[in-house]
Amino acid sequence: MSDCHTPSSSQAPVVQAAAGIPTIALAGQPNMGKSTLFNLLTGLNQHVGNWPGKTIEKKEGLFKHDGREYHLVDLPGTYSLTANSPEEVIAREYILRQLPDLVLAVVSAANLERSLYLVSELAALPCRLVIALNMVDVASQEGIDVDVEKLSAAVGVPVIPLVATHARGVDSLLQAIRMELQSSVIEKRSMPEIRSDHRQVQSDLEAWIRPYLPPEYPPAWCALKLLEGDAEMRGLVRGAVPADTSKQVEGLLLKHDDAFLAIASGRYAWIESILRSAVHGQKAGQISITDRIDRYATHPVSGLAILAGILGLVFWLTFTIGSPIQNALAKGVVAPLAAWAGTLLAGVPFWLRGLVVDGLIGGVGSVLTFLPILMIFFGAFSLLEDVGYMARAAYVMDNFMHWMGLHGKSFLPLFLGFGCNVPAVLGTRTIESRQARLLTIILAPLVPCTARMAVLAFLTPAFFGPNAVIVSWGLILFSLILLVVAGVILNRVIFKGERSAFVMELPLYHTPNLRTTGMLVWQRSLSFIKKAGTTILGISMVVWALSILPNGNVETSFLASVGRILEPIGRWMGLDWRLTVALLTSFMAKENSIATLGVLFGGLTQAGLAQTISTSYSASTGLAFLTVSLLFIPCAATVAVIRQETGSWRWTFLNIGLMLALSVGIASGVYAIASGMGV
Amino acid sequence: MDSISNTSLADLHTGEQATIASLGRGSGIQGRLTALGFTPGARLTVIQNYGHGPLVVALRGARVALGRSEAGAIQVLPLPA
Repeated sequence: MSDCHTPSSSQAPVVQAAAGIPTIALAGQPNMGKSTLFNLLTGLNQHVGNWPGKTIEKKEGLFKHDGREYHLVDLPGTYSLTANSPEEVIAREYILRQLPDLVLAVVSAANLERSLYLVSELAALPCRLVIALNMVDVASQEGIDVDVEKLSAAVGVPVIPLVATHARGVDSLLQAIRMELQSSVIEKRSMPEIRSDHRQVQSDLEAWIRPYLPPEYPPAWCALKLLEGDAEMRGLVRGAVPADTSKQVEGLLLKHDDAFLAIASGRYAWIESILRSAVHGQKAGQISITDRIDRYATHPVSGLAILAGILGLVFWLTFTIGSPIQNALAKGVVAPLAAWAGTLLAGVPFWLRGLVVDGLIGGVGSVLTFLPILMIFFGAFSLLEDVGYMARAAYVMDNFMHWMGLHGKSFLPLFLGFGCNVPAVLGTRTIESRQARLLTIILAPLVPCTARMAVLAFLTPAFFGPNAVIVSWGLILFSLILLVVAGVILNRVIFKGERSAFVMELPLYHTPNLRTTGMLVWQRSLSFIKKAGTTILGISMVVWALSILPNGNVETSFLASVGRILEPIGRWMGLDWRLTVALLTSFMAKENSIATLGVLFGGLTQAGLAQTISTSYSASTGLAFLTVSLLFIPCAATVAVIRQETGSWRWTFLNIGLMLALSVGIASGVYAIASGMGV
Repeated sequence: MDSISNTSLADLHTGEQATIASLGRGSGIQGRLTALGFTPGARLTVIQNYGHGPLVVALRGARVALGRSEAGAIQVLPLPA
């Protein structure tokens, strides 16, 4: 049975709401502007964590209105409340078990028919409900006119029009929420009906399971979920009822295995009847902006060209804007800071000075200078997502992904991997099939993340001077080709060529909300700084300590001993003990290899370090080192999420083993060929 | 219901309209499809079908992309243009 039925799911929220502060749960389908509304209400007063026992992001926050405080919980974006994925289970369990004081359902006025489907499910749950009718501006552009009063009367709950991107209507929304919270009775609302031929079945089921259900589960609702073929509910009932009742239930469900169609049709019939009274002026054959853009953006040829152009632009922006800032920070902030600290600490013991100047400023400082690059990449990614483009990218990549037995949805997490492999692995949860998901996770580390590209950007000029750009792009392209080859082979060998279903909404294009993008960049930056302050700091310190112990000389230090033990393997790739150690420390965080080399070559500034490295090693060693760095085992944080997401050490070790074999094998080959050619 | 129609969604050309006859069985994605509005009787328009690769349909005011084999499992009744 799923872990969401264990008591852990009734854990207290992370943002501790004081007693008496009402809790509002924010529900909505994807692309309805739910995050925009959440960010608008809570601002920076929010906390991002995980749902108990799950790896799905949980956002919650506090906000004030009219002198009152509210606790807002962002439920995962779901199309329905039937357990097609863990998100739906999280959303409905939260509503049923945590009993929020009110559920705020965000729907889109521009796509009311589909977005009311979730409302049709929420209306059946015992909770106070308010509908935020978002995107009324988009709707009127499209010629759709929603009669708010009639919609409210038809559903039987308050409906407030809203333009979340421009913060319009928020005040009335919060007034309505306040009013609703003060009312003591939940008003009678209209609810969808199941088609008459299944009504008897539902009430039979309800009667059989009623005595055994946990008290917070409405029996009629459970019976409905059973009829919808909800696996989660089936498991719950099987575990709760006696064996003969279970048999009875299963038998009846088998006979009515098409009931899910009757139920969904009933909900849509309910929606259609509401729309008939509340919506006027459906667009008459006019071609919307979305259709016009999509004529090119989803075209099999021009769509790929547009995708290539956009990705190229993202990288160009990231590196032409990010790299100079990074350089400026390194030269203008970190180097002077190190020099200043060096003079300031002139009187203290050499080890303390070394710890601060080389370990802290040299190690962590250099890594932190990569923050602008990371911010630009994630900012660009978030904008593309917010505009609605990323679904198109998945769509045009679908054909290509089929070679690997994957489909379009796997493209997005892999692309996110260019920023960081951790969100890439987490991002695979949008892929329904477990096999496709596992394969995507295993391939994700082959996407060079910004940290590895930063190492590349730093070291290639040192080894290859004017040819650095070609070499960098060549190496990145090489690892992507390797990704495809590995994907094709793994799919044939391990997954026997099976492939999974591809169904995905293409949302309307809309102007991006800078607040949403800003929040995402802020959160990513925060977690990067946290990583720099903990993992990278720790490793920098340890590396530094090992490099001067026991007698203050790098050449005879503990670190040198470790490096020399592993040097024989490093030799295959032309690496000496220093580069071998640098590679090893990259396991904790990829940026560490630069920090480690900085420590090993004695606290040089970045420019000086590049100079020293280029004179110390041949170009073939350089190329082999860059290759192995790019392909080496995933960093510790990625390994941790791979374990968490696959739920299996076997897959995790398979992944590590694969990357180790690929990186060492290929780098050895590269070294042999390059030095054979006399590079 | 399958006997009424032997046209699948994947057979429709760009711009053609149809109503859904049945969702097909065994693909394990019916739950997702119904939530997205694919129910028997629902009317859809094919926005894009190049004869290979995934296709895009408009239904219930939204655009949905689906793979060729997923579309091939959905039986439809074409509507006269």
